[in-house]
Amino acid sequence: MIALLTRDLRLAVRAGGGFGLGLAFFLIVVVLVPFGVGPESGLLSKIAPGILWLGALLACLLSLDRIFALDWEDGSLDLLATAPLPMEAIVSIKALAHWITTGLPLVLAAPVFGLLLNLPDAGYVPLVISLLLGTPALSVIGTFGAALTVGLKRGGLLLSLLVLPLYVPTLIFGAEMARRSIEGLDATTPLLMLAGITCGTIALLPFASAAVLRVNLR
Amino acid sequence: MPDLGKYAEAVLSSYVLSILLVVALVAVSIRRARKMKNALEEVEKRGKSNG
Amino acid sequence: MGSIWEYANPKKFITTTDRLLPWVSALALVALVGGLVWGFFFTPDDYKQGSTVKIIYLHVPSALMAINAWMMMLVASLIWIVRRHHVSALAARAAAPVGAVMTLIALITGAIWGQPMWGTWWEWDPRLTSFLILFLFYLGYMALWAAIEDDDTAADLTSILCLVGSVFALLSRYAVNFWNQGLHQGASLSMDKEENVADVFYYPLLVSIAGFILLFIALVFLRTQTEIRARRMRALLARERMK
Repeated sequence: MIALLTRDLRLAVRAGGGFGLGLAFFLIVVVLVPFGVGPESGLLSKIAPGILWLGALLACLLSLDRIFALDWEDGSLDLLATAPLPMEAIVSIKALAHWITTGLPLVLAAPVFGLLLNLPDAGYVPLVISLLLGTPALSVIGTFGAALTVGLKRGGLLLSLLVLPLYVPTLIFGAEMARRSIEGLDATTPLLMLAGITCGTIALLPFASAAVLRVNLR
Repeated sequence: MPDLGKYAEAVLSSYVLSILLVVALVAVSIRRARKMKNALEEVEKRGKSNG
Repeated sequence: MGSIWEYANPKKFITTTDRLLPWVSALALVALVGGLVWGFFFTPDDYKQGSTVKIIYLHVPSALMAINAWMMMLVASLIWIVRRHHVSALAARAAAPVGAVMTLIALITGAIWGQPMWGTWWEWDPRLTSFLILFLFYLGYMALWAAIEDDDTAADLTSILCLVGSVFALLSRYAVNFWNQGLHQGASLSMDKEENVADVFYYPLLVSIAGFILLFIALVFLRTQTEIRARRMRALLARERMK
């Protein structure tokens, strides 16, 4: 299992896609928003948590099709399927690798990008916590979507169409938690809901992803 | 025709749009059903004549 | 009359529905025309909402069917996963476009109704928002069906998507409820009119709902037949190519 994880991580780093591309995309989204809505700092600081969440979500989405695509093309996915490891474990490892290469850098970069958007001081800690809690769910849900579309030639657009509606609850609770904390409201409920969604998806969704992958490898 | 008052536009447009959508859905379903039925019959006939 | 599973046989399904279809369609037509004509011509205006209350005969039934269609797809998907009856998977496929159109009707009539009542075409009201999300789910489901060539693979994948999607759709419903209250401190715009409609509006509404349900059944019968035939044709063509 650890060997698979390190292999995936090494591949992601060597390909240069994992860390760099997602972060660069995130940065571009953050830079483009003021061009779109105007440079007024009051407005920007108000929508900052939402934009940062949305940017992280889209950056996450961007790298989803790479989770299985390379392994599918060179046939190593078939090898993995016959390995003694259960498919659920493989899927979970893949999701974890995706999170480490994409989700974690986004979480770490979010406070820096928050500066660009004039994020209020009270917002930094809640934003990082909410992203830290929420991005694993994004990776796990994304892995499910990637497993669904793995055999398709032009799966990229379909993948977004399938995954984005599934991201709605995570986005709502994540952004809501950051926003409430900034406004000084009680943020316990969204925090708990976000944590619940993440735990639930980590616990249950790998079974669905594994089932889907088995169908696709049939 | 009942007097719809100042909201006539809203009421009429929602009726027209909904009925159009339903009719379109029904028409598409029926057309596809017919086409498929004929096409299948043809293929089945071909399959029988060729043994 | 054997067990219900007899109807899982595609041939049996086609012969049975062929016999039922004219009746169901006729009833659907009668109920739909009856309910809508009754509602449109012979009900009074609401004292607050004026004539816009007449939109209820389209809005509520279509919204109801939008959710029920998804429920039916969920049940059909479960049956496919557990018992692997092809008719079940194909029925789910057949129902999806119908459900999507119902969702669209509910959204459109909702927007048209909202314009004079709330002064805006679109309000991020929890119910409207959930319906928009439901519509996205329908689109994704249909797109996945269309994208996969092999029938059984497509049936497997879409039914799993339907299960997972149902859980997330439910979650979104609660999330959206929570989210908007967070903004507006309790919804000031209640759409709960069906809870307090008077009898004059209630009976034509019931007829109209029955019409929508029958319409849905008729369409699902017809479209499932088409899907069964399409599947059979693909199988026959594949066999021809083998020769």
